[in-house]
Amino acid sequence: MILAFLILIPICGGVLAWTMESRHPGTARWIALAVLLGNLGLTALLVPARFDVVSAVGPFLISLELAWMPALGIHFHLALDGLNLVLVFLTHFLGLTALAAAWTEIEHKIGFFYFNLLWVLAGIMGVFLALDLFLFYFFWEMMLIPMFFLISVFGHANRTYASIKFFLFTQISGLLMLLAILGLYFIHGRLTGRYTFNYLELLGTPLSDVSGMLLMLGFLMAFAVKLPAVPLHTWLPDAHTEAPTAGSIILAGLLLKTGAYGIMRFVVPLFPKAAAAAAPFAMFLAVIAILYGALLALSQTDFKRLVAYTSVSHMGFVMLAIFAWNQLALQGALIQIICHGLSTGALFFLAGALQERLHTRELGRMGGLWAAAPRLSGMALFFALASLGLPGLGNFIAEFTILLGVYQVSKPLAVLSALGLISAAVYSLWIIQAAFHGPPQPKLVLADLSGRESAALLAMLAALVFLGLYPQPVFTAAEPALTHLTRTAATQKITEAVPAPPGENPHASP
Amino acid sequence: MELLWLIPAWPLLGFLILTCLAARLPRIMAGSVGVGSVGAAALTALLMAWDFLKHQPGRNAFTQHLWTWLDVAGLHLEIAFYLDALTLVMIIVITGVGFFIHLYSLGYMAHDQGYTRFFAYMNLFVAAMLVLVLADNLPLLYLGWEGVGLCSYLLIGFWYTDPANGYAARKAFVVTRVGDTAMAVGLFVLYNQLGTLQIQEVMQRAAAAWPAGSTMALLTALLLLGGAVGKSAQLPLQTWLPDAMAGPTPVSALIHAATMVTAGVYLIARTHGLFLLAPTALTITAVIGAATLLLAGFSALVQQDIKRVLAYSTISQLGYMFLALGVGAWSAAIFHLFTHAFFKALLFLGAGAVIHALGGEQDMSRMGGLKQKLPLTFWTFLAGAASLAALPLVTAGFYSKDLIIWQAFASPRGGLGFWFMAVAGALLTALYTFRMVLLTFTGPARTPVHHPPGLVMRLPLLVLAFLSLTAGFLETPHSLGHMRVFSGWLHTCLPEAGLAAGREAYEILFELLAGLAALCGIFGALRLYHPLAKSRYSLPESLRQYWIKGWGFDSLYDRLVVRPYIHLAQFNKNDFLDLFFVFLAWLAKTGHQTLAATQNGRLRSYAWGLGLGAAAIAAMVVLL
Repeated sequence: MILAFLILIPICGGVLAWTMESRHPGTARWIALAVLLGNLGLTALLVPARFDVVSAVGPFLISLELAWMPALGIHFHLALDGLNLVLVFLTHFLGLTALAAAWTEIEHKIGFFYFNLLWVLAGIMGVFLALDLFLFYFFWEMMLIPMFFLISVFGHANRTYASIKFFLFTQISGLLMLLAILGLYFIHGRLTGRYTFNYLELLGTPLSDVSGMLLMLGFLMAFAVKLPAVPLHTWLPDAHTEAPTAGSIILAGLLLKTGAYGIMRFVVPLFPKAAAAAAPFAMFLAVIAILYGALLALSQTDFKRLVAYTSVSHMGFVMLAIFAWNQLALQGALIQIICHGLSTGALFFLAGALQERLHTRELGRMGGLWAAAPRLSGMALFFALASLGLPGLGNFIAEFTILLGVYQVSKPLAVLSALGLISAAVYSLWIIQAAFHGPPQPKLVLADLSGRESAALLAMLAALVFLGLYPQPVFTAAEPALTHLTRTAATQKITEAVPAPPGENPHASP
Repeated sequence: MELLWLIPAWPLLGFLILTCLAARLPRIMAGSVGVGSVGAAALTALLMAWDFLKHQPGRNAFTQHLWTWLDVAGLHLEIAFYLDALTLVMIIVITGVGFFIHLYSLGYMAHDQGYTRFFAYMNLFVAAMLVLVLADNLPLLYLGWEGVGLCSYLLIGFWYTDPANGYAARKAFVVTRVGDTAMAVGLFVLYNQLGTLQIQEVMQRAAAAWPAGSTMALLTALLLLGGAVGKSAQLPLQTWLPDAMAGPTPVSALIHAATMVTAGVYLIARTHGLFLLAPTALTITAVIGAATLLLAGFSALVQQDIKRVLAYSTISQLGYMFLALGVGAWSAAIFHLFTHAFFKALLFLGAGAVIHALGGEQDMSRMGGLKQKLPLTFWTFLAGAASLAALPLVTAGFYSKDLIIWQAFASPRGGLGFWFMAVAGALLTALYTFRMVLLTFTGPARTPVHHPPGLVMRLPLLVLAFLSLTAGFLETPHSLGHMRVFSGWLHTCLPEAGLAAGREAYEILFELLAGLAALCGIFGALRLYHPLAKSRYSLPESLRQYWIKGWGFDSLYDRLVVRPYIHLAQFNKNDFLDLFFVFLAWLAKTGHQTLAATQNGRLRSYAWGLGLGAAAIAAMVVLL
């Protein structure tokens, strides 16, 4: 039941925060804080002593299956393994930093803001935990709508355009995924007589080449838009830039990651053959994303927009790694998911802190801020270095393992994407130069980081240093889950090659 | 030996204290932490050296495991330190020279606003450099490698209010990162082929798996060489070092002369097993070294900025080390690294004392006459200059450079060509060095002296001057006492160079010629640049400009890489891929407007529409 609570508590907390709006709007913050801390405590309870306990269906530590619409084969099915445990932790961690960012930034409709914040987080948690495809789609949509409100109600000047663009991109691609889910449901049902949305049962559904490819693309479209993969990334700079700080943190830190998670959990294991066929193309697009995102980042003059494009570049590494599909690369992708969430989240946090103080995001109007706010600038330097992959910080571990893994699969692509390390240095150091170095502005009064801001950033800093020097806990936690995913995909590729007759499929219902 | 980890931990601790307490720390405390931490590291290093020599651990190396960094999918990396004779030389140089430079900085930076920040970065640098040389595996070495690059960036751009410094800093970081990326790819190849990244295992497995001259060995050696070339500012990635002089002078002394830039030399020596499997890579190393030492020597000859002379000189001396590595004279390269650390640090600190005294003046044409006003600086600077110019018999630089020049000829991989380039370089070195000494210290005074160096600045000058003159006696040629302390020690971990058959007989002759070249250079400088000299020879202006600008590499890269990249980025600022979606949105909107326009509520247009539609349908029925 704990798994259901992880989702229900933020949902109820959100409703509570909204209802308190009229009388005590400020309490919404404290409700959100309590919800997230409580949830974090619950998650901590779930950490097992060992991760490599494999049950019949996979290395799940805990699962929950309740009948929802049994007649249609829809269940409220949540399960937790090492992979999504790590992601749930990340969700809470970034949720708390988003809260810290929003604390003073949001002053109107506070209750409604925290309602949306908590619902987005609940949706994300659901996406990470759901093992029923219908439920997954339900949560997928559930995280979209509050995010839309976060941007369109609480965003900056151009928020309407950005939020509608965001909505259309994700909604249309989400519909394609829905079609693919239904397609898979019916194909599996017709073959086995069991109509179900259960992921574990759907694994290994024998598919023809064409239908496998079409269904795979349906899923992939939704995830590639979220990730985002070039050329479907153009919603992201607008959404990131116009969203309030907390929204940007959640977008970059978590929403993009649902795309990566989806490919890992669903696309490749459900359609291993089609995914393998598409892999060279996907990896090529990923390398384009790495280099193209870095190139675009350099020319941006808006702090947040610049950071947004760096996300395109960094998430390219994730996509590259997932389609390389070996342990080393996948583990690297997971670390990249976490560290990109932290470092980019922190950069958005800082951009928000600057905007609150200077009322601008234009780099041209910054410069020379170091003398006025050394702590803020030092923090920015740290996170810029993290984003350029400085060894000793988690992002390096991520990129290094990813490239090591990718090199085993494709040498030219690994070498090409290594060029991203150079362009990352170019744009990261440019941020520091443009905003913090240079001649000081004489009349500028700039408050340095407050205690709340420092605490949030220090937590992210500590996490990145820890992951840079001792990433092993994450590797250990995710190892059984990732091994299981790769193994499932591998065995299915074999069974798919010789389509099993209905009813004899070894992967059908346990 | 168990205290090995303390050596990098001390300066790291210093960095943490200085960063966390920052402004709350009184100046005097900040200075003591900054200098004290490096001093503690130096003492620990000496203790290690004593312990190492006394106990001589098995296989001449000691490994300390701290913790498992990561262990994933067959990739096992430890945070572990590896100590052998080569590492020991490096840590003694880093902490020893580092300590004196930190001490000097107390005086040099005394009135700077960023005092605490300065020592924080310097301490972080020392820690990273120590990790680099102590690393037991290549990724950990890479950690130190990038770490020193970061500190170099931070310290070049230390005076951040001037955008030019920021540009120099970014240039240094990005150019070296080009090399670093080559090196990273080298690590991928090594891991892919050999399944390990632990340095000693890599060399063993490589020797077992690859025959000498195999493509894989060549490929990996060249990729590592790429990293070394970037860090050690060799052709074609040398352009960043002259600009790196934008940092405070102690930084130039420590990072851009004595330690960080020698990391490339260290890397090649450390992975010598790999390079020995790739003779072609060794030859390329030697050619790069020889070409660099000459190119940089010519550039040093025409610079007006005293620090830029020293910067080009550093590039040139590193070229000597690369030449030595390339001909397989491993210990000669490290020996020159060792002596160069002393005399080049000394020269930078001396130049710093001059710059400090003249209130920030770096242009040699505005110096002069300082011999009388700054006697101690002059004499110590002269000692360093003599050592750099390899003044025979009495200077350390003579013994180390002479060894390289000799082995450039006598080693089995050497030859007359390399020897000739090295000797020509020696002549150039002596020439530009004494040009610098004469322009700076003799002739009429052109700028008044403000702050003569205080005690904390004088002491390091004296110590380093002493070492610049005497450190060479650890290793002397056959003809001069045949002292083999240094190489005897290093040969516990590096192979001996050996001599090509029949070349021993020439040793004295070739040494005399090399010594003569240095003397000629000094003499030439006296004839050309002494204030009393009659002949004033000057180069053609265009050639002079060409050399001043470092043979035009900067503008070449600017045109080939930098500007196209920036233009491309600017050109595509609004992301042309978005146009497609903008077009879709436009299409929807226009479609909407067009169709909406038909709903205008006017009966007449509706009737027209009905009529036309009916006609069209009728036409279709008739025609089909």
